[in-house]
Parts: sequence; C-alpha cells; structure tokens
Amino acid sequence: MKTFVYIDHFKGEVQPASWEAIGLGKSLGSVSAVVFGFGDAVASVARSAFEHGADEVFVADDAALEDCRSEPYAATLSALASSQSPDLILFPTTARTRELSAMSAVDLNTGVLTDISGLDVSGDQLIATRPIYEGKVLEKTVCSGKPVMATIRGRAFPKPEADASKTGTATKVEVKADALTTVEGYSASESAVNLGDAGVIVSGGRGVSNNPSLQPPAGLDDKQAEVWRAQQGFALVGELANVLGGAVGASRAAVDGGYIPYSHQVGQTGKVVTPDLYIACGISGAIQHLVGMRNAKVIVAINKDSDAPIFKQARYGVVGDLFQIVPALTAAFKKKLGK
Amino acid sequence: MKIIACIKQVPDSEAKVKAEGGNITWGDAPLVINPFDEYAVEGALQQKEAVSGSTVTALCIGPESARDALKHALAMGADDAILVSDPALNELDTVGAARVLAAAIQKIGGVDMVVFGRQTLDNGAGITPAQTARVLGWPMLGLAGQIKVQDGSVRVERVIEEGRQNVSAKLPAVLSVVQSIGEPRYPSFMGIRKASKATIPVWSLGDLGISAPSAIVKRAELMNPPVRETAVEIIAGDSPEAIAETLVEKILAEKVL
Repeated sequence: MKTFVYIDHFKGEVQPASWEAIGLGKSLGSVSAVVFGFGDAVASVARSAFEHGADEVFVADDAALEDCRSEPYAATLSALASSQSPDLILFPTTARTRELSAMSAVDLNTGVLTDISGLDVSGDQLIATRPIYEGKVLEKTVCSGKPVMATIRGRAFPKPEADASKTGTATKVEVKADALTTVEGYSASESAVNLGDAGVIVSGGRGVSNNPSLQPPAGLDDKQAEVWRAQQGFALVGELANVLGGAVGASRAAVDGGYIPYSHQVGQTGKVVTPDLYIACGISGAIQHLVGMRNAKVIVAINKDSDAPIFKQARYGVVGDLFQIVPALTAAFKKKLGK
Repeated sequence: MKIIACIKQVPDSEAKVKAEGGNITWGDAPLVINPFDEYAVEGALQQKEAVSGSTVTALCIGPESARDALKHALAMGADDAILVSDPALNELDTVGAARVLAAAIQKIGGVDMVVFGRQTLDNGAGITPAQTARVLGWPMLGLAGQIKVQDGSVRVERVIEEGRQNVSAKLPAVLSVVQSIGEPRYPSFMGIRKASKATIPVWSLGDLGISAPSAIVKRAELMNPPVRETAVEIIAGDSPEAIAETLVEKILAEKVL
C-alpha cells in the first residue's frame, strides 16, 4: 500500500502523532511524507521525516504556505495526491489537519475518517476504529473513495524511533497559492496544551475551589473568590503535573466554572486522552469525563467523597482532602524522582 | 448582513448512549440542539446586533423532530428557520451534509456569513464546516473565539493548539466558533412564544434541485468500548505524607513513569 503522511508542524514544531502516522504507514507499505511551510523549518522537518522512516519526502516551501492557511494547503495537497495517487493519506489529529483533510477530501471526492485509534486491513479494504458520541460508542468505518484519508489519534499507534543515519533528498512539489484568508497576527498562548500527546495528565475538577481555609484577597465578590480559590487549587495540580513532566487537565465543571481555559478540558468534545498515568483531583466523574479518560493505563483518584463515580474507574484511590494529599504527593515524587 | 447558523439535533450530553443490536440507543434522554451549535447561534446573534439590518436564519438537516432544535434557535432570537428533510438523507456522511447545506445556502441566496459550532456531539468529526466552505468556494475561518465585521471583511481570533491567530477574509465566509465567543443566551419568554408560533419551511432534495449525495464514508460496525474491570485499591494512612508515600510506591511499581 502506498501511504502519504502529512507532517503537521507549527513553525517547525512537529505534532508527535505525525511520526506515529509514519509508523502506521510503514506497517502497511511504503510511506511518502508531505511537509508544507515556508522557510528553514521545512528542510529541518523534512530531515526529521526521513529519520523517522519516510521512504520519500515531498516538500512545498513557499511564502503562500506561511501561517498554515487551509486553502492553499488543501489545494497543494489535492494536486499532489491527484498526480501521485496514494491509497491512503494519514494525518495527526489537530485543528489544522481537520480543516486541511476536510477540504482536500472535497477536492478529491473522497472521505475523511477522523481521530482514529485503530486501522485494520481486510482484503483491499481499510477499516478504521473511531469514537462517536463523545467516546461513549466506537464505530468501525470504511471509506469507499480514493485515497482513503484518516487523521490518527495521538498515542494510539507506536512511535518509530528516529534514526539519524536515515537520510534522503526531498522532492519539491508545485504550490497552489489560492489563499482566501490573511493571517494578521499570532500570539502564543499560556494555555497552549496538547493533552492528546501527554504521557501523564493531572486533572482538577470542581473540588479544586473547595478550600475554605484559603482567605481570598479583599474586594472580590463570591464568584471571583471561588475562581481565586480554584486557581490556588490548580496551582497545586500544576506543581504535581510539573514534577511528573505531565500536562494539566480539567473537568467540564472546572472549565464551566471559569477556573481554567477550555483547552484543558478532558471529555465531551471528543477529546479522549490516553496517558499512561491519569491523576484526578477533586473530580467526581460525570459520564462525559469518564469516557474522556477511562482508557488511561493507570488512574488515580483523589476525592473527599468516597461515593464519587470516579473511584469506579480508578486503580488507586485516596478518600481525602486534595489540598493536603496533592502537595504531599508532589513532595514525595520530588524525593523519589530525585528532583 | 444575512447570517446563517447551521445547527444539528443530537441526544443530550448526559444521555447514556450505547450500541445495541447494531443501532445507537440513548434511552429516554431528550434530543436537544447540539450544545456547540448553541454557540453558533450566539455568535450569529452577536453579529446581527453588531451590524444593523442583519438577519439570522437557523438551518438544520434532520428528521421532522429536528424542528425542536430549530425552535430553540428561534427562541434564542433567530429571525427564521429552515429544515432540510428528506427520506433519502438517512445515510449522510460529512461531505454529503456539506453538499446539502451548501445547496440550501445557495437557495437562500445573498448570504454573507455562515456560522457553525466546532463539532457535533454525535459524529464529532468537526469537519463539516470546512467542507461546506470548500463546496461553496468561500474562505473558512475555523475555531473563532471573537468575530468582527468591517467593510465587507470579517476578522476572527482563532483558537488553535499553539495559541491564538488573528485571521481575516472577505465576505461571504464560513466560520466555526468555540466557547470563548460567549455563553449562549437563554431563550426569552417572548422568544419562546414567537418560536412556538413560527412556521418552519421544510425543504426536500427536490426543492434544493440536487439528488441525494451517495455516502463515501460508511459505518461497518458499532461497538461499546470495553468495560474495564478495575477494583479500586483505596490508599489510607495516618497522615497525608504517609498516604503520599504509599501511593508513590504503588505508582512507581506500575512502571508508567
């Protein structure tokens, strides 16, 4: 099978699931990586693609491809796919690739299987597994168009080791510069977080605001005081995540409460996470949250309420006050991990 | 400005959705407007208020029951609503939905802005907005957290994994919005009364002048996720420090770090 893998990067920073997509493609046959962008980043990403096992790398390096705008990217990818006729195009699942694959699929009159966690070959048919209904149900789905397009979930497929001895010469492709939008500015966000690639996630829920011993600064109304308390709670969650080299997650209740930006939310948007370790702090375990995290390898729950549904999913539980347990846990990990 | 808010009807987020006998079931949970599409209606209404003389039309593909989702949009403040319903649309994939929506948008005519939610709770692919833009040949401004219209252009602040991008395009354009657009307003009493009296036209594929798009993506099988049989081990101790020490030993023994 001839597979194209679109390497998604932002200013040279590659989404790790791009490499996992190369690994998946190699298990099916030959892999041609596709790298678009403008400037030095393109060549360095192309080199990495060879190191991660791509047999061939197509690059498009052009001012029209600065800022990852979907229209010129889609036009360039569609033209390349039309001339090269791959059987399959894989993407890591990101905001950019959802748009890019969606548009290219229209151009090529095919379909996109999004956020897949499994891909089986049956005869000459590819059958993908993907979550629907917020992960409450899984579907096996097929695409009768060609090429089959699929975006893969981070950490669902093994990541190939990079091998610096693997090199090659990238092939330039023609750029279709039909931009319809203008990017006027960009600001990195303090809340930038990619839970899909995290090996460890420490999450906070409504319980992080529930520390009555904290005295909020004067002049806050009740809601502001609640958010202030919650932010102190999330600081503890963040310290634990930091010691473990992990990311900070949150329940919908915490996001709806205004404690933490939406980008941290686990569950409900189809944001299903599969870390090796998931520590839930002050999260009771609404169904949307549980479907978002229950595939974590080891789940630890810390909650005051021994009846909280989260304990039914957990491997280890602590019935207690997260404001005492979490800092103690951070200190104990620091000691053990020598940090 | 003529604004379209595209919505869908889905089972409520609290519903216990299951695969049963090759079908999806959700018990007696209600069907509601897709929660992300409430933000689309909110975003559309904000633009209506910002640009005088604007109208908002809610547009939905679905069975007769989907009228209730459109009524919710009307009660929030949409001016009118259109339901696209046809027995031939039972097996619709996202590209197909985009082609049908694009045909409806063309039939409405003179549209300046189409607003979607970021994704639906049911399929969850989140790709119909971009596909609709592609079919129409209009620019796509996805995941907008803020919208501003000026001199025939629209400028959005787009929320992506790495941060925020300010992106602009000429109208007409297709947008999808995220939660930072603002909490969807509650239907007003007057709005609910107006919605209950509203006539919602139903367009068939014949009315749109297209035939049913054949599904390229098809479901082969439905499964319930494997149920995890875990018995939780409760860690107790005399002090938080003692509990933490035991828990750290247990976690390290799992070799997940």
